Amino acid sequence: MTIKEIQEEIIEEFVGFDDWMDKYAYLIELGTDLSGLESQYQTDQNLIKGCQSKVWFNAKLEDGVVKIEADSDAIIVKGIAALLIRVFNNQTPEAIMNADLHFIDEIGLKQHLSPTRSNGLVAMVKQIKMYGLAFNQKMNN
Amino acid sequence: MTIDINKIRHDFLILSEKIYGKSLVYFDNAATSQTPTQVTDVMLEYYNKYNSNIHRGVHYLSNKSTEGAENARIKVQKFINAEHSHEVIFTRGTTESVNLVANSFGECYISEGDEVLVSEMEHHSNIVPWQMLCQRKKAILKVLPFNDNGELMLEKLPELITDRTKILAVNHISNALGTTNPIKEIIDFAHSKNVPVLIDAAQSVQHKKIDVQALDADFLVFSGHKLYGPTGIGVLYGKEKYLNEMPPWQGGGEMIQEVTFEKTTYNELPFKFEAGTPNYIAEIGLGAAIDYVEAIGLDVIDAYEQELLDYATEKFQAIPNMKIYGTAKHKSSLISFLVEGIHFYDMGMLLDQMGIAVRTGTHCAEPVMTHFGIEGTVRASFAFYNTKEEIDVLIAGIEKVCKMFGAKTV
Ligand SMILES: Cc1ncc(COP(=O)(O)O)c(C=O)c1O
Repeated sequence: MTIKEIQEEIIEEFVGFDDWMDKYAYLIELGTDLSGLESQYQTDQNLIKGCQSKVWFNAKLEDGVVKIEADSDAIIVKGIAALLIRVFNNQTPEAIMNADLHFIDEIGLKQHLSPTRSNGLVAMVKQIKMYGLAFNQKMNN
Repeated sequence: MTIDINKIRHDFLILSEKIYGKSLVYFDNAATSQTPTQVTDVMLEYYNKYNSNIHRGVHYLSNKSTEGAENARIKVQKFINAEHSHEVIFTRGTTESVNLVANSFGECYISEGDEVLVSEMEHHSNIVPWQMLCQRKKAILKVLPFNDNGELMLEKLPELITDRTKILAVNHISNALGTTNPIKEIIDFAHSKNVPVLIDAAQSVQHKKIDVQALDADFLVFSGHKLYGPTGIGVLYGKEKYLNEMPPWQGGGEMIQEVTFEKTTYNELPFKFEAGTPNYIAEIGLGAAIDYVEAIGLDVIDAYEQELLDYATEKFQAIPNMKIYGTAKHKSSLISFLVEGIHFYDMGMLLDQMGIAVRTGTHCAEPVMTHFGIEGTVRASFAFYNTKEEIDVLIAGIEKVCKMFGAKTV
């Protein structure tokens, strides 16, 4: 699926939630289920330090697509990270580079990705985009 | 006298705001308190009727503004019972007040090898300025520790204060733990060793009657925005004898007597320390905030807030896996806590969805978190306009969050 299609799918899923509790319960579930990063990857180098929660993030290029892993000490943040991984994982650097990320807005989680939130997610999206750019350059060289 | 809660809540318009369609429950008072219309009205009136730069005009408006601002200084003087009104310096807030003392007092009295003593439970604004000073002067920063209840270990004072100690800076009430420190005892001991003391009263002026003369405090600092006043205004109280000896910190207009390119002579107190156009409308607002709390009475406020604290503490303790950080015998009306297995940010985010405003994180007191080996806490802080019903809403909220997590974890 394309980044756009995956986003549509997520939006579709979230339409089913009547109230905020269901939505956050689902995020908690996603966060709990995300395998996260093995402790050897929970390094300072992979750490995005928001002052409220930590996000560890790792990306690599494999067979022309980007493999993304992430972890957080806060479960809901980890749940949102799981959604971001679902959207970006196994996509080409070019697709990531050019992606228009709109689902966060539409599923009502915009507040968590606003630059004033120091939870590491904003930096994570920035990082994913940067990796897209960097890997794309690497592939074209 | 008791609190007429319905009447009081009408004074704070923000309290009837809806957040995500739910009634706001505001429990982040230790960060910033809300402002009653009695304060905003006065400020608006000055903007609309008397606004003009102070201390320099010949005209009517300037005189009115000057009078308003200087009356506010006298209100602060009386509020903390300072001997002279010129011992009250207006600043941007607690942080700027501490920086002023660290720079100016530090310039005057601290040299290489001297020592500055702070406590382990200080807000960063009462650590970092001293650390910077110590780096500049090659002086040594020493730390008075606290025990696991969050009480300062005063028995360590005799060994920590040496003949090189030049100042002791300590908070009256800890913003991260709620501990009320026995500052009179601390000041008396420090003075017996000839060490002056700076009291960070940012968390106490809104709860306790302060008398700087009875305390014999050498410096005392606080912010307007935690005292139901406006943002951007704060106070440095200093004893005249120190303020007179200390050099000015910032240079500019207002703080001078005579200026030539060869030499400048400085204005007298308090203006020596108030360079530039001050935030005079906020000064006037702070004065109005002081009038407001004094009309209710700090003893009445304190008693009611203690009632809220006791009520909340009991309810908190009944929640499984709840840990309260800060269990000192003398505490002010805030609870710093974690529920085992639930990250403070998750807790804060979910409470926010219910319209409940709490603070999460380190509360600008990282050493306190380090002491307990944690990354942060959730903090609910209560003011006199809060109610037991609101505490019930918080408790139900926390229980709801626990349930959401209980179903998913373990
Ligand atoms: C104990 C204490 N000291 C200092 C400060 C800093 O106050 P301000 O940010 O108003 O300068 C605060 C505010 O958070 C505080 O709680």
